[in-house]
Amino acid sequence: MDFRNAKELLALCSSEGKTISRIMIDREMYLGNVTEEYIVDRMKASLHIMRDSVHTPLSNPVKSMGGLIGGEGKKALEYDGAAKNLCGSTLTKAMAYALSVLEVNGSMGLIVAAPTAGSSGVVPGSLIAIAEDYKLNDNMLIDGLLNAGAIGYILTWNASVSGAEAGCQAEVGAASAMAASAIVELFGGSPEASLSAASMALSNLLGLVCDPIAGLVEAPCQSRNAIGVANAFSAAQLAMSGISHLVPFDEMAAAMYSVGKALPFELRETALGGNAATPTGCSLCGNCK
Amino acid sequence: MNYISIFDIIGPNMIGPSSSHTAGAASMALLTRKLFKKEPIKVTFTLYGSFAKTYRGHGTDKALLGGILGFATDDIRIRDAFSIAKERGLEYSFIIDEETQVNHPNTADILLEAEDGTRFFVRGESVGGGKIKIVRINNIDVEFTGEYSTLIVRQTDKPGVVAHISKCLSDSNVNIAFMRLFREEKGQTAYTIIESDQPIPEIIEEQIMSHEFVHSTKVVQV
Repeated sequence: MDFRNAKELLALCSSEGKTISRIMIDREMYLGNVTEEYIVDRMKASLHIMRDSVHTPLSNPVKSMGGLIGGEGKKALEYDGAAKNLCGSTLTKAMAYALSVLEVNGSMGLIVAAPTAGSSGVVPGSLIAIAEDYKLNDNMLIDGLLNAGAIGYILTWNASVSGAEAGCQAEVGAASAMAASAIVELFGGSPEASLSAASMALSNLLGLVCDPIAGLVEAPCQSRNAIGVANAFSAAQLAMSGISHLVPFDEMAAAMYSVGKALPFELRETALGGNAATPTGCSLCGNCK
Repeated sequence: MNYISIFDIIGPNMIGPSSSHTAGAASMALLTRKLFKKEPIKVTFTLYGSFAKTYRGHGTDKALLGGILGFATDDIRIRDAFSIAKERGLEYSFIIDEETQVNHPNTADILLEAEDGTRFFVRGESVGGGKIKIVRINNIDVEFTGEYSTLIVRQTDKPGVVAHISKCLSDSNVNIAFMRLFREEKGQTAYTIIESDQPIPEIIEEQIMSHEFVHSTKVVQV
C-alpha cells in the first residue's frame, strides 16, 4: 500500500473510507514493516521534542549561534495580552511558538525537522497551539503530524523541500501546506478540504526565495516561520469555509518545483541575494569579503 | 531505508541549526568513527566550500567533533563537543580551506589517528536534509551513504577476490542491495563496498579475511 501523489492519496482515502493520517500510518506499517504501536511511540517522542522546543525559549530566551535572533518568541507571546492583538489568541500563540522553535534551532538545541530545520517552527507551532486552545489530546496531535507528513512526503517525492534546490517556498511553503492540511483534519474537514488547504498555502508562498543573512538559519528564516503559521491558519480556515483552491495539489507541487528551478542561484540559500545581499544583511555577515 | 518514511518528513530529530551543516556533519563524522574501529586520540578536520565559510554559525565544527566522540545527530552533547573532547583527551584541530575546489559545497575531510599510529582518512559530503555520502577512504575514491548496513573490504585488485566476497555473503544468506568496486590502479589496493537492507552478520568478516588478498574488513550496521 503506497501512494505517489495527492490524487492517489485521495483515491485511497475514498476507497478505504479513511482519513489522510490513517492512510499515512497504514503506508508506514506496510513499507517499514513496523507496528502501529511502534509508529505512535516514535511520534510521541518527536512530539515531546516539539513541545520542549515551542515552550522552552518563552521562559528562557537564548541568543542564537550567529547572534541574529533570540527572545522573539517571548516578545510575541507577551503581546497576546495587548488590547491591539489583531491576530487573536491562538494565532498569536502559534506564531510565538514557531519563533521559539527557530531560537532553539539557532542555538544548537534539539528540534524536529518538519520537513527541514529552517522550517521547523511551522508545523509544531500551529498544531501545538491549536491543541492547547481547542483541547485536543496527543493522539489527535499525532494524527495531525501524520497528515502533515503525508503532504510533506508528496512534496519530497514529486518536488523538493530543499531551500538550496527550490527556495524558501520549498521549505516554509511546504511546512505551511503541511500544517494547513493537518489543521483541516484536526477540525474534522474532509481529505479533499485538507488537500485544497495545502494547495492554497503552497500557492500563497509560491516564489518565496531563500536568502539567509550571513548564510545562517536565523533571519529571515525565523519570521518566515511565523508567516508560514499565519498562512496555514488562513488557508485551513478558507478551505473549511468551503472555498476550494482552483489548482489541485499535484499541479501546485509541480508548479512550486518549476518555479524553484527557475530561481537564480543567488536566491537559493547561497546568501547572495534578497535580505542577505542588502547593505544591512551584508554588514551582519562576518565572513563576507 | 529504501522509501521515504514519515520520520524523514517529521524528522530527523536533530541538534540545530542546519540539517546539512550540522546534522549531516555529525552523521559523516559518526560514520567515520564507526569505520575506524579504534579509539582515536587525534582528529584533524579540513572544511571546504560552504562548510569553510559558515561553519562557525552552524556549529559544523562542534557537530563534526561530536560525531567523532560518538554522538548521534540528536545528541545534545554536540553543543559541548569541545569540552568533552578535552576531558576525554581527544586532540582536535580544524583547517579551513576556501581555495581547493571540491565537488560538493558541503565537504569535509576527516583524518583520525589512534594511539598505535594507525591513521584513517575519510572525505564526506553533506548532500542535504542531513543525508551524507562518503566519497573517499584513504586515497581511494568511493561512494556510499551509511543508510544501509555496509561492508567495506580492502583488498589487492586480483581476480577471484570479489567472487570470494560474494560467496561469503551468499553463504550467510545476505541479500546485496548495492555492490561496487573502487580501486587506485590495476593490481593495487581496491575497496569492495556492499550495502544491504538487512544486518550483515559480523562472522562474515572472518570468512572474508581468510582470502590471501583481503587486507581488512569493516562492517557498519544501520
